[in-house]
Amino acid sequence: MTATSVGPAPSAAPEPGRFAAEWRAGVMVWRREMIHFLRNRTGMAVSLLQPLLFLYILGIGLSRMFSGPGSSSDYMVFLFPGVLVMAAQAPAISVGASIVWDRESGFLREMLVAPVRRSTLLVGKCLGGATVAACQGGVVLASAGLTGIPYRLGMFAELLAELVLASLAMTVMGAVVAVRTRRVRTFHTVLTVLTAPLVFLSGLMFPVSAMPAWMAAVTVVNPLTYAVDAMRRSVLSHYDAPAGSRLFDPVRWGGHAVPPLLSVALVAAFCAVVVAAASRAFSRTE
Amino acid sequence: MFGAGQRAARRPAAAGAAPAAHADPPAVRMRGVVKSYGGREAVRGIDLTVAQGETFAFLGPNGAGKTTTIRMLCTLAAPSAGSIEIAGHDTRTAPRQVRRSLGLVFQETTLDPELTAEENLRFHADLYALPAAGLGGRIDAMLGLVGLRERRNSLVRTFSGGMQRRLEIARGLMHRPRLLFLDEPTIGLDPQTRAQVWTHLAEIRRREGTTVFLTTHYLDEAEQCDRIAIIDEGRIVAEGSPDALKAVIGSDRVQLRTDDDEAAAALLRARFGLEPAVADDGITVRVADGARLVPAVCAGLDVAVYEVVVSRPSLDDVFLHFTGRDIRDDRTGAGGLS
Ligand SMILES: Nc1ncnc2c1ncn2[C@@H]1O[C@H](COP(=O)(O)OP(=O)(O)O)[C@@H](O)[C@H]1O
Ligand SMILES: [Mg+2]
Repeated sequence: MTATSVGPAPSAAPEPGRFAAEWRAGVMVWRREMIHFLRNRTGMAVSLLQPLLFLYILGIGLSRMFSGPGSSSDYMVFLFPGVLVMAAQAPAISVGASIVWDRESGFLREMLVAPVRRSTLLVGKCLGGATVAACQGGVVLASAGLTGIPYRLGMFAELLAELVLASLAMTVMGAVVAVRTRRVRTFHTVLTVLTAPLVFLSGLMFPVSAMPAWMAAVTVVNPLTYAVDAMRRSVLSHYDAPAGSRLFDPVRWGGHAVPPLLSVALVAAFCAVVVAAASRAFSRTE
Repeated sequence: MFGAGQRAARRPAAAGAAPAAHADPPAVRMRGVVKSYGGREAVRGIDLTVAQGETFAFLGPNGAGKTTTIRMLCTLAAPSAGSIEIAGHDTRTAPRQVRRSLGLVFQETTLDPELTAEENLRFHADLYALPAAGLGGRIDAMLGLVGLRERRNSLVRTFSGGMQRRLEIARGLMHRPRLLFLDEPTIGLDPQTRAQVWTHLAEIRRREGTTVFLTTHYLDEAEQCDRIAIIDEGRIVAEGSPDALKAVIGSDRVQLRTDDDEAAAALLRARFGLEPAVADDGITVRVADGARLVPAVCAGLDVAVYEVVVSRPSLDDVFLHFTGRDIRDDRTGAGGLS
């Protein structure tokens, strides 16, 4: 077998189809993220713990304070989409960190000198991160019943799709910072500073309708607002919200509720624009 | 640190025959390549041709510009001026073909430590879109080539520095590149592992016929190559086969131990017209052909000769001659990227 596979005259491998080659490289990058994820069980468990604690301790505690008309599980239902996003947040952002880490550890060079486009590498990386993030969010999603959300297949499919999109949005935000960053520590500092306001000003923990006008204005330009809102609409289609509660007010543009499909489209557009920007920056570095 | 006169005298020496004319384009052709970082020139005009099938060494101290040159050759950095062709493909206009035709082993490791040896090779195959048919055999052959077949399922994290380096060489060859670049392939390895890496490199040349282009600051490694370019401060100061370069130095060193060194030295001066230097441990003379001198000296000296040692000029002498420095002095100094 050695005799046939190691010929005396080397010839560069024949040029395969351009698209097929890019596809295979992209899948490889994606798979590598999966392998890293699956080999890091501890990290997986720890990053799941935080959103679950958040939902079932903070959520239950706070639900007493928000007890307006309706049942006390209203706040839990309100909080649920936000907690899905929070569960996806850590793994989504760790993709950015892994880009920086690949640069530091050297593996990035192995990918950069390969005959593939850098955008392929970046997209593979982001989709890998989004998949991992959605899996983590999916575990929280499976516990929906505990909050009083009924198990309905259609709603879960919708929520899962929206979760993937939200994960992707957070992943590309991490990536666009990562391609310009040389040190893992710098990356974490920048991301912490960026994500805190994004999370708090998304209507994730308290409704936009309860915010002062200046704060509500910021939420309008936050992509996470739309991701959370779309998920909340999906939940509400199967949950009877009390009539007078401000908790479940939709996001509004000048008094008009933003339709859920538009919210989804906005998040998708955000992902596309940021990935393009990150690819451009990535192609210029090194 | 050195006189301006000496520096001005440095010119690329055209030692040794030019690479044989080939029907194929040369493996590497660099013309007037310059790389500057914010006004500082790391590479200051390199012209170089490496023929296919050659094993070529870039010899130079830390900070000479070796890594910078490799980065330009493999399309990771664009030259500030000049042009580079790899196997006939311009690095600027056809980077994809260039990347396809070369394999790389960087100075620092570029393996994924959280993957196994085999997974690292499989991922490489995916990046280069190698056909799935025969891939298992190729992986097996490459792991066998560098003696890592038994460790194929171990995480790279558990490998020693030498094993990692060997795995990187195997990976660099996976896609059958015509040209393998190795940037200081044995840096940081113990002498035994260094020797091992060289054994594998020799095996690769024999079995795969790959052109090997390596950088080193070890003279004994450069010695094993077909051709050497000595690079110093971003310029090639000498180029040729090890023997041709040593011939530039011109003289062998002959050391003699005799019954009466002073008398022998006087005779060498008078009868052979040589300039011997007498020290406590014997006499040293430099002559063009040391081996020829030995019988003549033994017959022609009236003093009893106990021992004669003839040494050919070493690459140390060559390096000193062209740069005015001993390459070993740079090991710790220089301060640049190593
Ligand atoms: N990215 C960079 N930015 C600025 N200067 C650099 C960079 N890379 C290398 N240099 C400088 O270029 C010179 C050559 O470096 P290098 O090619 O790494 O040398 P070698 O590999 O021969 O040790 C050094 O003086 C180094 O400091
Ligand atoms: Mg170097």
